[in-house]
Amino acid sequence: MRVVVDADLCQGHAMCEIEAAEVFSVPKSGTVEIIQERPAAGLEAAVRLAVQYCPTRALSIEED
Amino acid sequence: MTTVIAPPPPMVSGGEDDHGHLEELRRDPIGLMWRLRRECGEVGAFDLAGRRVVLLSGAEVNEWYFRTPDEVLDQGAAYPFMTPIFGRGVVFDAPPERRAEMLKNSSLRGPQMKGHAEVIAAEVERSIGDWPDELAIDLLDFFAELTIYTSSACLIGKRFRNQLDGRFAKLYHDLERGTDALAYVDPYAPIESFRRRDESRVELVKLVEQIMAGRHPEDRHGEDSDLLDVLMSLNGDVGGPRFSADEITGMFISMMFAGHHTTSGTAAWTLIELLRHPAELTAVVAELDELYAGGGTVSFQALREIPRLEAAIKEALRLHPPLILLLRVATQDLEVGGYRIREGDLVAASPAVSNRLSPDFSDPDSFVPLRYINQPHDDDRNPWTWIPFGGGRHRCVGAAFAMMQLKAIFLVLLRDYEFELAQPSETYRNDHSKMVVQLEQPCAVNVRRRSGR
Repeated sequence: MRVVVDADLCQGHAMCEIEAAEVFSVPKSGTVEIIQERPAAGLEAAVRLAVQYCPTRALSIEED
Repeated sequence: MTTVIAPPPPMVSGGEDDHGHLEELRRDPIGLMWRLRRECGEVGAFDLAGRRVVLLSGAEVNEWYFRTPDEVLDQGAAYPFMTPIFGRGVVFDAPPERRAEMLKNSSLRGPQMKGHAEVIAAEVERSIGDWPDELAIDLLDFFAELTIYTSSACLIGKRFRNQLDGRFAKLYHDLERGTDALAYVDPYAPIESFRRRDESRVELVKLVEQIMAGRHPEDRHGEDSDLLDVLMSLNGDVGGPRFSADEITGMFISMMFAGHHTTSGTAAWTLIELLRHPAELTAVVAELDELYAGGGTVSFQALREIPRLEAAIKEALRLHPPLILLLRVATQDLEVGGYRIREGDLVAASPAVSNRLSPDFSDPDSFVPLRYINQPHDDDRNPWTWIPFGGGRHRCVGAAFAMMQLKAIFLVLLRDYEFELAQPSETYRNDHSKMVVQLEQPCAVNVRRRSGR
């Protein structure tokens, strides 16, 4: 799986960071940084939750 | 080479009155917007007291709308009916970059959510603390008061919330009723709802003043100090307090506004729709009972996935979106869907229309929570037409907070009580005479304690 960000939409709410801090990092004032574009095995479920709970729907997943 | 200028969008029929379609917007806004969609398609216009409103619907033009930045489609001037409610200088009077900063309000960031869940769970328990085994409640009164307490406790602090009673909720309701679209002609027109709006705001300032008078500098930094203590501790340039009671009240009103009538109305509509659809209600209650069987507090559960309950809430939101008309002002000439928008036009999207478009949604007027259970989910499939929370960069910042709050409300209510409609099903409807949509009263339900609870 590959994580994709729509940079137009991210407003830095950091919900993704709660779900998967290994994959997403959001500075106090800024937009998301993807730490693992291809999340390690075992993180898929957390990443799917991060996508689901993104307030601005800025995240999506591309399946391999 | 010549530049082809796109034509203006077609105008919907009607609107022969002095103020164009204003009277129809005040009487039957959803009827007006659907007729526009039928007559004009995805881009059409109506006349709001001499101002052209370009109304968009459908995925393609909605996506354009929701991706366009503030500098081009400005929210600021689009809601003149809010200024007398908030007071000058608060929120919608601020420039775009200042608003962006304010929206980063840290209390809606993820890590705070757990604390909010605990506060909300406690408020819901408290709201039913004195319920007898059987009673009837008015859905508007009950949820409007409850959501005053939850939002004040989460956004301002528990200390402030504990100094509020039912008076605050009643006055706040008068502010929400003061959102007549006549404000597009004159926000201070001599009508009853504007008069009550202004009187109630004065009364709210007095309540806050009384609370402030009881706060002493020495206990402003204690463990239970809240946002009011913080604001009162700030000094202005010329000595003396930085903010007046009027300004602080305005800030509190505006902070609570977006999450109040929206959450209150959605709680009511979720319950009404579940009572109209007993099989869905049974599935939700069974789901919650199973969660409780596994242990864990309400606040813990409210942060977890609760698919059947969430689906019911989402479907109530789709059918009865709390905001039916989202507005911006075009700051320059634009083109969308082959039509020209002029600088100064209001540009609108409508959750009430887009949420029920076919073929985006099958059986669009029916309550079908399964559309969020079966893959692919209807909301994921239609990011630009499933828009109860708006969309794009301005998608509701409180959406996750609202969902958590609504889950906490039903986790408590459906754990201990059963409900039944107390009046004919079709008599539960919204009052659309104001820009802030509210449930029409009476809207009563009967409540009975579940056996063994």
